[in-house]
Amino acid sequence: MTRVHDMGGRFGDGAVVPEPEGAVFHADWHARALAVTLACGALGKWNIDTSRHARECLSPQDYMAFSYYEKWMGGLAALLVAKGVVTPEELAGMAAPTPSPLAEKALRAGAVAGVLAKGGPSDRVSEIAPRFAIGDRVQTRKLAQNSFVKGGHTRLPRYAAGTEGRILRYHGTHVLPDAAAHGRGDAAEPLYAVGFAASALWAQPEHSADEVVLDLWQSYLEPVL
Amino acid sequence: MRVKALESLLQAKGLIDPAALDAIIETYAHKIGPRNGAAVVARAWTEPAFREWLLQDATAAISETGFYGRQGEHMIVVENTDKLHNMVVCTLCSCYPWPVLGIPPGWYKSDAYRARAVREPRAVLADFGVVLPAGRAVRVWDSTAEVRYLVLPQRPGGTEGLDAAALAALVTRDGMIGTALV
Repeated sequence: MTRVHDMGGRFGDGAVVPEPEGAVFHADWHARALAVTLACGALGKWNIDTSRHARECLSPQDYMAFSYYEKWMGGLAALLVAKGVVTPEELAGMAAPTPSPLAEKALRAGAVAGVLAKGGPSDRVSEIAPRFAIGDRVQTRKLAQNSFVKGGHTRLPRYAAGTEGRILRYHGTHVLPDAAAHGRGDAAEPLYAVGFAASALWAQPEHSADEVVLDLWQSYLEPVL
Repeated sequence: MRVKALESLLQAKGLIDPAALDAIIETYAHKIGPRNGAAVVARAWTEPAFREWLLQDATAAISETGFYGRQGEHMIVVENTDKLHNMVVCTLCSCYPWPVLGIPPGWYKSDAYRARAVREPRAVLADFGVVLPAGRAVRVWDSTAEVRYLVLPQRPGGTEGLDAAALAALVTRDGMIGTALV
């Protein structure tokens, strides 16, 4: 029904362990994994939603066993093969690598600063008008599932499904991850910050005044009349 | 190591330039990090008009301060007050405002933080040694879209004589995520 990455609210995890500000990368290969992932993204064969979905599609056993950057590498390897950038034989070391027709798109050192500084905004023009105003009561989808693709990507966490909240902010119209992760175009639509009382989400909230806010797309929401 | 093998393969296919990888690592190891965010916070503490702008249009205000880019394209700054403490998490992955805070710390990406921050933020704060004063509500922002959140901590008392540089030195990464008070 959902995937293992959707862990908000889960019980049984231990303490959070703080760490000092200085340590950016705990091992050289972590830095390398981050850089290889960003450089491959620059080839233009996928978007951020596709790459998130690739990590989420790791088996639950791998997802839980892998460290953070191992997940990145697992997701990246799967994407490179799925998009035909490398062959399974090349990946397995069973075939000599052949030059790629994408090589001309490879990110060069001189272009790195510009690419990182430019970023990739997700706001897009959309013909879908905002249905909700600040303060409106809304209810999230009952099922935290992609409505186009079985087992597909969505950004509604399970813990906030089927829950009543209120619109706090309007962010404009943004790419819909449920569509963009699966080659269905940007399908941009209104995006809102929606506030939920902790008491609406949890059987034993820590404090009656506490809230959780999520950024949610219009198609995830229904009005509460 | 798997990353080494993948890097070699991609290099042999002409798809990555090792010098570009070095440039990316250099950027996030040394150039882009939480001192950027601290400069934004200190500026908000010392320039009331900037604070207003930051709360109204954080992307523009932060960009004008010199910080924009990947994973910071749509910024929102949320302000702590005597009545409200803000805290940021990404339960589904590890979304984080890179241009102002750099690469997230290990704990931010941990299962424990992702699982617990939304359900028991006060218990998580206790793991950081933080106990909120009575009468303060907690608002946890779960970064589910491409909007990135930065917490504006309250300016500590007794800092009236400090300039922006001295104030920035007081601001911690965790304070801007919301797991510390400053």
